[in-house]
Amino acid sequence: MSSLAARLALVLLAALALGRVALAVDPTQMPTPQLEARYLALTHELRCMQCQNESLADSPVELAADLRAEVRDMLIAGKSDDEVRAFMVARYGDFILFRPRFTARTAWLWLAPGILLLIGAAVLVRVIVKRGALLATDPGPVEDDGRS
Amino acid sequence: MLPELGHFALILALLLAALQAFFGIAGPGLGRERWTGAVTSAVAGQFVMVATAVGCLIACFVNEDFSVRYVAENSNSALPLFYRVTALWGAHEGSLLLWILLLAAWTVAVAIGAARLPRRFGARVLGVLGVVSFGFLLFTLATSNPFLRLDPPAGDGADLNPILQDPALAVHPPILYTGYVGFAVAFAFACAAMLEGRLDQQWARWTRPWTTVAWAFLGCGIALGSFWAYYELGWGGFWFWDPVENASFMPWLVGTALIHSLAVTDKRGLFKSWTLLLAILAFSLSMLGTFLVRSGVLVSVHSFAADPARGIFILVFLALMIGGALTLYAWRAPLLKSTAGFDLGARESFLLFNNVLLVVAAATVFAGTLAPLVSDALQLGTVSVGPPYFNPTFMLSMLPLMALLPLGINAAWKRGHLRDRQRTLLMTLAVAVILAVGVAFGVYAHGAVLTPVGAALGIWIILASLVDPIDRWRRRLSLPRAVLGMSLAHIGLGLAVIALTTVQSFTVERDVALAAGASTRVGSYDFRFDGVAPVEGPNYDAIGGTITVTRDGAPVAVLKPEKRQYWVQHQAITQTSIHMSRGNNLLVALGDDLGAGRWSIRIQIRPLVTLIWLAALIMALGGALAASDRRYRSARAAEAVAPTAAGEAAG
Amino acid sequence: MNRFLLPLGAFVLLVIVLAIGIRHAPEKDVIASPLIGKAAPAFALPDLNDLSRTVRSSELRGRWYLFNVWGTWCYECRAEHQMLLEVQRAAVLPVIGLDWKDDDAQARSWLTQLGNPYERVAVDHLGRTAIDWGVYGAPESFLVNPAGIVVYKLTGPLTREAWTQEILPRLPRQGLPGS
Repeated sequence: MSSLAARLALVLLAALALGRVALAVDPTQMPTPQLEARYLALTHELRCMQCQNESLADSPVELAADLRAEVRDMLIAGKSDDEVRAFMVARYGDFILFRPRFTARTAWLWLAPGILLLIGAAVLVRVIVKRGALLATDPGPVEDDGRS
Repeated sequence: MLPELGHFALILALLLAALQAFFGIAGPGLGRERWTGAVTSAVAGQFVMVATAVGCLIACFVNEDFSVRYVAENSNSALPLFYRVTALWGAHEGSLLLWILLLAAWTVAVAIGAARLPRRFGARVLGVLGVVSFGFLLFTLATSNPFLRLDPPAGDGADLNPILQDPALAVHPPILYTGYVGFAVAFAFACAAMLEGRLDQQWARWTRPWTTVAWAFLGCGIALGSFWAYYELGWGGFWFWDPVENASFMPWLVGTALIHSLAVTDKRGLFKSWTLLLAILAFSLSMLGTFLVRSGVLVSVHSFAADPARGIFILVFLALMIGGALTLYAWRAPLLKSTAGFDLGARESFLLFNNVLLVVAAATVFAGTLAPLVSDALQLGTVSVGPPYFNPTFMLSMLPLMALLPLGINAAWKRGHLRDRQRTLLMTLAVAVILAVGVAFGVYAHGAVLTPVGAALGIWIILASLVDPIDRWRRRLSLPRAVLGMSLAHIGLGLAVIALTTVQSFTVERDVALAAGASTRVGSYDFRFDGVAPVEGPNYDAIGGTITVTRDGAPVAVLKPEKRQYWVQHQAITQTSIHMSRGNNLLVALGDDLGAGRWSIRIQIRPLVTLIWLAALIMALGGALAASDRRYRSARAAEAVAPTAAGEAAG
Repeated sequence: MNRFLLPLGAFVLLVIVLAIGIRHAPEKDVIASPLIGKAAPAFALPDLNDLSRTVRSSELRGRWYLFNVWGTWCYECRAEHQMLLEVQRAAVLPVIGLDWKDDDAQARSWLTQLGNPYERVAVDHLGRTAIDWGVYGAPESFLVNPAGIVVYKLTGPLTREAWTQEILPRLPRQGLPGS
C-alpha cells in the first residue's frame, strides 16, 4: 500500500507539473463492442479535472482511473450516454465536458460558425455583385496570359 | 561577468530599438533626411546587441553557471550539451529572448532588402519593426529578465523539462517563432503603407515574399510540434485543439488568407483594404498567442508558468500597438478604392471565397479558444471547449473551401474562362471520385460517409493543381517559380487532406493488458509482448519493453517502448516506439505495471499518418519556391513614379 | 458610420474581455462547485479508528460541520493540519474527515503523530464518495449546514484567511444549534 501512496504522489506531481507526458493506457474491456465504443467515446469526451487539458481516456492520474471506472460501471448497468454526462456534470459542473452543452448560455458559441458563414456569404454577394457590375466599365485584358 | 554583459547588451538594444522606431517614423514623417538615413545603423546596432545578449546566455548555459537563476531553473550538470544550448528557449524568459533575436534578424533581412524600396517607405517599415522590438525588449527587461542572479548560487540546476529533451521539440520553438515573428514584417509593411497614405500593386509585390516565407516557417513549426506530440508523447494523437496549439494555428489560417489576398492586390490592385486588415490581423493573432500562453488566462498543457502581471503588460502593449494600427486603418482604408471588375467565375472571386472561408475558420477557432474566458468574464458560468466542438465547426468552413480550390486555381483572372477547362476539371473529378471510393471500400472495406468525400477532394486538388503546369509545359510556355511553387503548395494541401481523411477513418487503437509471452492481434498484425528490462540513460533510468510484431507469421519489427524516470525532475515520461510498415505507422507504448509480469500496453495502427507532416513540409516548400520567383527580386524603387501612385491613393 | 471602424471597435471589446480575464486568472485553478446550495451527497463509510463501525452522513444532520478531504500522500494536507487542530480547539463546529484513497495504518499513525482534529474519519478506499462530492484534488473542505446543504467549498488548504473570512461569517452568530 505504501508503494501505491508513493506512486500516487509521483504521478500527481508529474501530472500537475506538466500534463500529457505520462500516458494512461486503459486496458478496460467492455462486454460488447457497442459498449466499448460508447466507453471510448465518453472517456474521450470527459475532461480530467486534475490535469491541464487532458481527457479521462488519456490522463494517468488516479482520479481519472476512478472516473473511468464509474463510466464503465454505469454503462454496464445500462445507463445512457446522457445519464453518464449528467452524473459527471452534477458533481463537477460543466467544465468536465469537452463538448459544451447547447444551452442559453452557450448558444452563442455553437451558433457562431453558422452566423459567421452567413455574414461571410453576405459580404461575398455584395462584393461579387459590385465587381461584376464594374466589369462593364473595366476595359482591356489583364497583363500576362491571364492565367497566373 | 557574462550575465552582466548580457544584461547591459539588452539595455543597449532597448535604446537602439527606441532610436530605430523614432528615426524610422519621425524621420520620413517630418522630412528629416538625416534621421531617415540613420535607421539602418540603429537596426544593425540593435541586432548586434541582441545577439550579444543571446550569446552571453548560451555561454552561461554551456558553462553551467548556476548563479544565473534562469540557468539554474532550466539546466543541470548531467544535461547533455545539445540540450544545454536549446534550454535557452526552454522557459518563458529565454523564449522571449529568442523572439527578440528572431525579430532583430528579420529586421536586418528587411533592412538589406529595403535597398530596393523607396527610402522613406523602407525607413517606415523598419521604424514600425522598431516599435515592436522596443515593446518586447521593455517587457523582457521589466518583467522577464533572464539574467537575474541567484545569491547564493544554486549547487546544481533543476534540469530542463524532460519533454523538451528531444531533438524535434528542441527545434520546434525557433522554427515556429521565425514564422510567428515574420508576420511582424507584413504588419510593418501595412503600417508603413498606411503612414505613407498609399498602397498600390507595387506595395503588394514587395510584401509578398516576406509574408510567404514567414507563413512557410509557421506551417513547418506547427507541423513539427504536431509531429513531436505524436512520436514522443505516447498518446498517439497529433492535434488536440489545445489553446496554445490554436494560438499558432489561427495566425497560420489568417496568414494563408493574407498571402492569397496579396496575390490579388499585386495582380489587379483589388482587395487592398482586405489585405491591409489581414496583415494587421495575422500579426495581432501572433501577439494574442503570446499573451494567451504567458498570462495564465487559459487552461492548457503548454502554457508557461502563468503570471497575470506579465499578462497585463502584454495586454497593454497589444492594445496600444494593434489599437494604433486599427486606428490608422479606419483613417486610411476608406481612401483605398479601385474600379477594377471581375466575373463570378474569375480567380478573384475564388480568392474572395478563400479569404472569407479562412477568416471564418480562424474566427471559429478563436471563438472556441476564448469561450471559457468570455463565458467567465460575462458571468455566463464555466464552459470548457475541446475537440468535439472544434472538429465539426472547423470542417464546416474547410469542406467548401477544399471543394472550391480545384476550380479556383484553374480560373483565369478577371473573366474566369472556366468553360475552357470544363472537360479537364470534370475528368479529374471523376478520376478522383473513382479512386477515392475504390480505395476506401476496396482496400479497407469500411468507412464513414466523409471518408470517400475527403479522399476524393484531396485527390481532386492534386490533379487540378497539375493541370496548369502541364498545360503550360505542353504549350511551351515559361514555368516560373511562382507557378511551380503554387502548384506544389496546393499538391501538399491535397496530400494533407488525403492523409487526414485516412488517419481519421482507418486508425485502429487498442489498449491491452499482456503478460510476458502473450500475444494479441490488432488489425492484420500480431503483437507479442516479450517482457521488460531496465535501461540506463544519460540522465534518466527507464524500463524498456520489447514487443515483436509479425504479419501472417513473417517478422515485421521489434519495438522497444520505454518509461523513463528523469533523475532530477522525477518526471515519468513515456517513449513510444514506432515502425513504418507498408505506409502504416505501428505505434506501441508502455502503460503500467499491473503486477505478476503483466503490463498494460497501447497499440495503434495509423495508416498514412506520416504523410500529414510530409504534406505540411511540401506546402511550406511550395511557398518558399514561389517566394523566390524572379519577379520579386526585380522590383525597383518606385520613388520616381510617385505621381501616378498619388492618383491611386485618391481614386 | 465609417464601417472601417468596426475592426477597431471589435478589438476594443476583445481587450476589455481579456482584461477581465486577467483579473480572474489567479482563480483559474479553482472550479466552482455545482454542489453549493444543494444537498450534501449521502455516504456510509467505515470509521478509520474502528472499521467495523460506519460513519453516516445521516447522523450528521442537525449540526453544522466541516467536511475535510485529506490523505497522508498529500503535501498540502500536512500544511493545513495545524489550522485544522486550531479549528478543533476553537470548538465552533466539528470537523469530519474523509481519508481519500489512503493506507489505513499510515493514516492512523499520521493522526497519532500530528494530532487528530477530526471528530470522526470516514475511509474512502474506492474514491466513490469523493467523486460524489466533486472532489478533484486534496485538500478540499466543505461547509455543511444542519439541513444537510453544502454552503461553501474551499479548494486547497484551510488557511487562517479562509477560516475567518469565508467560513466563520457563514455560521450563525449566537451559538450553533446542536453543538
